Amino acid sequence: MKHETIEKNSALMGVLIALVISVAGIAEIVPLMFQAQTTQPSPGVIPYPAVELAGRDVYVSEGCYNCHSQMIRPFVSESLRYGPPSLAGESVYDRPFQWGSKRTGPDLARVGGRYTDEWHLAHLINPRDLVPESNMPGFPWLQDKEVDGELITTKMRALRWLGDPYTDEQIASASSDVEGVTEMDALIAYLQFLGVANNGRAQQ
Amino acid sequence: MSESLQQHGPYHDKVVRQFTLATVLWGVVGMLVGLLIAAQLAWPVLNFDIPWLTFSRLRPLHTNAVVFAFGGSALFATSYYIVQRTCHASLFAPKLAAFTFWGWQTVIVLAAITLPMGFTQSKEYAELIWPIDILITVVWVAYGIVFFGTLVKRKMPHIYVANWFFAAYIITIAVLHIVNNLAIPVSLTESYPVFSGSVDAMTQWWYGHNAVGFFLTAAFLGMMYYFVPKQANRPVYSYRLSVVHFWALISIYMWAGPHHLHYTALPDWAQSLGMVFSLILLAPSWGGMINGMMTLSGAWHKLRDDPILKFMIVSLSFYGMSTFEGPMMSIKTVNALSHYTDWTIGHVHSGALGWVAFIVFGSIYSMLPKLYGKKEMYSIPLINLHFWVSTIGVVVYIASMWIAGVMQGLMWRAVNDDGGLSYAFIESIKTTYPYYVMRVGGGLLFFIGMLIMVYNVYKTISKSESQVSLEGSSVASSAGVSA
Repeated sequence: MKHETIEKNSALMGVLIALVISVAGIAEIVPLMFQAQTTQPSPGVIPYPAVELAGRDVYVSEGCYNCHSQMIRPFVSESLRYGPPSLAGESVYDRPFQWGSKRTGPDLARVGGRYTDEWHLAHLINPRDLVPESNMPGFPWLQDKEVDGELITTKMRALRWLGDPYTDEQIASASSDVEGVTEMDALIAYLQFLGVANNGRAQQ
Repeated sequence: MSESLQQHGPYHDKVVRQFTLATVLWGVVGMLVGLLIAAQLAWPVLNFDIPWLTFSRLRPLHTNAVVFAFGGSALFATSYYIVQRTCHASLFAPKLAAFTFWGWQTVIVLAAITLPMGFTQSKEYAELIWPIDILITVVWVAYGIVFFGTLVKRKMPHIYVANWFFAAYIITIAVLHIVNNLAIPVSLTESYPVFSGSVDAMTQWWYGHNAVGFFLTAAFLGMMYYFVPKQANRPVYSYRLSVVHFWALISIYMWAGPHHLHYTALPDWAQSLGMVFSLILLAPSWGGMINGMMTLSGAWHKLRDDPILKFMIVSLSFYGMSTFEGPMMSIKTVNALSHYTDWTIGHVHSGALGWVAFIVFGSIYSMLPKLYGKKEMYSIPLINLHFWVSTIGVVVYIASMWIAGVMQGLMWRAVNDDGGLSYAFIESIKTTYPYYVMRVGGGLLFFIGMLIMVYNVYKTISKSESQVSLEGSSVASSAGVSA
């Protein structure tokens, strides 16, 4: 076919463009949906409990991913700094994924258990109180707002509908689980939950 | 003199004028937010502990404002302008075109409200929440109908090369936007994507990379293919090259997304595919650069005194440079150093400021007088000043981020003889501060350039009409054309 034929027919050109641009997505995304490595949870990895889930949504909403990755690459220097390399099976319950693209601050994939709750609280209120050279913003307002129990129940139902294995009991108790929990509490609970199932420290 | 009045009958240029002014307005806003967040990284006190002024909420506002508000409005304006002139036909469904203007501006305003409030999906360049995503889809379909409708009613037998690129960008962005935003709403402002973990990561960067590839590259090549030959008054260098590099570019770009996920938990086969296609991508990218640059062959002297042409040719140089740097950074061993560092930020800005913004500036300076029935811009020396101020700005910006990025990468991986890490993470931040300050300086220069443009645009539009009518071009009839 001469290119002139395409150039003189806008419908033909549109169809050919659509065909040409569709191949890559089908080839690169669809197989991942059927690969055990990317769809099966690693041992010990469970869906986020109510408080941690609420904390995760705070993490997303405040845009923490803009500066913090959650993906330890398989290099010695990264393992020394952050722990064992991240596995695909550790993020199967992450909607959306939080691997990040920039480390203005350090990676958080295995930050769980590394600092105390009190440290996180003080650090999130004003990072420079603990780390004078830090350029992270403070998030003091997170202490002022409580987590919505009804909404978290709706969220867990939606996630179960998408395939995350929440039990009836978890959903039933979700609302009371987050009672009186501030966004700050939830965010800290989430941070403390990150990577603990597989950080190489679990067996201690 | 307005060519539209000379030959091919009435064009619908009101929507083009509106989008052109929106481009300038959102350019100022988007770059101002960029300047603020750059300053926040250097002086964190500028976050003021105010939620909606916090870096992490404003960074997506900056990216969305410059890509979709500034860049997007420029693409709507130029694609509507170009498709009418190259098809010798007025816009199909002009009311629908007017809807795309008001719809797109609504999307932008909603983004400017929701992102600082913390309403986000957290997928980069796709942060906007689901109700806005639906509005985007509706506006985009309308855009497609107007554009392809105009192609169908064209009076020229051939579809001009600029329109191939616009067509590819409109179709591809629709596909990317819809697939990457598939989600289950749980409230008016929150939703969960249907994909999770690695699948979501791959989908996101298939989207994210091609938002760059089609929104910020293919579409702007369309702009380039009209305005460079027009401004240089020469035909496009090679027809054959444009055919080959068009099809190669749009097919290969789509495969390159996984280079954003090197050494992550994404399966290796996908990473390898991403790297190989990223390297191949160098060829069609440079095909476009060569075709644009060589259009000037035999007319290089014009660069000496036409600052509009300078903008265009330097933009092609930056395009060539960043499409060389990109494939290099997609090589896994290089990426191991560059990923997660400010090198990536430098790379993005050499493309976004050097290529995208420069071709927009050049195209608007070329198009605006014609849209308003003026002979030329109010001040050519001010265009020249804009050119030099922003060129220096870009160079300062990317140089500081290169240094910062390479330094961060080296510090993070440095290991002592005893096997321990040489630096704590915070030491890399401490060392970066001077470069963050330098970056603010580069950004400030670029922003000042933008303000110079605003002044020039304002003076051009409000230039005394008597002077214009003396030159024989009628503003009244050009306004009548748009009705």
